[in-house]
Amino acid sequence: MTADRPHRGGLVWTYLRVGAMNELQYRVNFVLSLVQSLVAVGTALVVLALVYSHTDSLGGWSSNELLVIMGVYVFMGGLIRAVIQPNMQQLMEDVQEGTLDYVLTKPADAQLLVSVRRFGLWQAVDVLVGLLLVVVALARLDQPVSLAAVLAFAAALVLGGVDIYCFWLILTTAAFIVVRVDTIVELFDGMYQAGRWPVSIYPGWLRIGFTFLVPLGFAVTVPASALTGRLSGWLLLGAAAFTVVLLVLSRWLWTQGLRRYSGASA
Amino acid sequence: MTRLQGLPGVYAVTMRTAVQVQFQYRTQNYAYMLGMIAEPVIYLVVWSTVAEAQGGAVEGITRGQFAAYYIVWTLVRNMNIVFTPYGWEERIRRGVLSGMLVRPVHPIHYDVAYFAGWKLVVIVLWVPIAVVLSLIFRPTFDVGPLQVAVFLVAIWGAYLIRTMLLAVLGMVSFWTTRVSALYDLYFTAELLLSGRLLPLALLPAWAGTVAGVLPFKYTFGYPIEVLAGTLGTGELLAGLAIQIGWILASTALMAAVWRVAVRRYSAVGN
Repeated sequence: MTADRPHRGGLVWTYLRVGAMNELQYRVNFVLSLVQSLVAVGTALVVLALVYSHTDSLGGWSSNELLVIMGVYVFMGGLIRAVIQPNMQQLMEDVQEGTLDYVLTKPADAQLLVSVRRFGLWQAVDVLVGLLLVVVALARLDQPVSLAAVLAFAAALVLGGVDIYCFWLILTTAAFIVVRVDTIVELFDGMYQAGRWPVSIYPGWLRIGFTFLVPLGFAVTVPASALTGRLSGWLLLGAAAFTVVLLVLSRWLWTQGLRRYSGASA
Repeated sequence: MTRLQGLPGVYAVTMRTAVQVQFQYRTQNYAYMLGMIAEPVIYLVVWSTVAEAQGGAVEGITRGQFAAYYIVWTLVRNMNIVFTPYGWEERIRRGVLSGMLVRPVHPIHYDVAYFAGWKLVVIVLWVPIAVVLSLIFRPTFDVGPLQVAVFLVAIWGAYLIRTMLLAVLGMVSFWTTRVSALYDLYFTAELLLSGRLLPLALLPAWAGTVAGVLPFKYTFGYPIEVLAGTLGTGELLAGLAIQIGWILASTALMAAVWRVAVRRYSAVGN
């Protein structure tokens, strides 16, 4: 690697820093994000209480165990809204308007660049709220959590985040072909809601869809399983293998998409 | 063909325009409607799971009845989409309203007419969705001609009530443009107390009482239960009467707020 080519890690760090500095100019937005986050979590807790007022267990999960799922769900939602969605929406826009040219002419990997350009600092408040929920749920569960479980949880969380990123990238590369993809965001938002509940409650065909097509199972249920003593080493291995497949597939589709990109100024 | 004059003319033209425009965008309309199916399907799966765990029914509602509830839900939800309060904020903040004010009729008429026309398209597009959902989730319906007749009226009642309530909410933007937190709270209350999230019979008794005196129920739960529930003839008709009451009350509120609010309007532009 030559000296004038920035290191990949350094590049990501620089973009994150600039994104955060941009956001820090609008501090009132932090309060707004926090209020929104609290209303959303409050609603979700009420829904949970309503469901569990009629039953003790939902698909084998107790209410406190479901709270773990909810925490992971909120955490992932924050990650999506802070990092994944803003970047992918920007990418859709750039493909539509031909401004992707500016990215492609930079001397760094284009996929990396389009994935780190935007950073919604205040949306990341959900990441903290989600983790807090997980901690509260574990305290209420009152079962010792082993170090191995925490490590497995962290690993599953990373894999899940990467899965969701790959899924978004695949959806977004569709923009190279059909251009008008605004409804994709709506569609995903609707489907992501399904992650609030363990994928095991969905009927067969939906469960397969929410596991492999929209990887909610891997992104939410699997990490939550790690903390509630449901995760086997094999499942974690399977999650890792699935992530590798998704990474390769999304990379391939991305390069295929780029080939179809013809720019606007050309 | 004779041309309609005055307000009926405005309605006829606006609705016809909406039908034509929205049929042009039928693919987009469809994608949007398909995206909305996720929400009721999730609720349906959750409550079906609970019903199964409880030996087949929750509060007397069986799996098939939940399926019926959430399938009718999809149409009522579509009837419920009206001009958004965020749209009012935009109109007020950016001065779009200026152009509407010089017209000889109240702006609300355009919203009511345009979205009503749009609904006609949506209803046609909804039928195949309902058929597919019914084949998958096997709902149990116990419906006679009276229920169908009341339902066809009630969905328009729901439409009018929600149009007026959201217009009032939107007009808050005449006083302040920081409205997102207020809207969040409103939509949360609506979600929980309207029957959108769950059949109101599943709420704790006190919350059910609160829901009964609020208008939300008559935009969501009541129309759904007309078709998917077990309401008697008396309850069916009483519901319609209460809907009429809420239409009048919400329209009067909208008109009153509008009268005060529009004096504050000072935007230029357009």
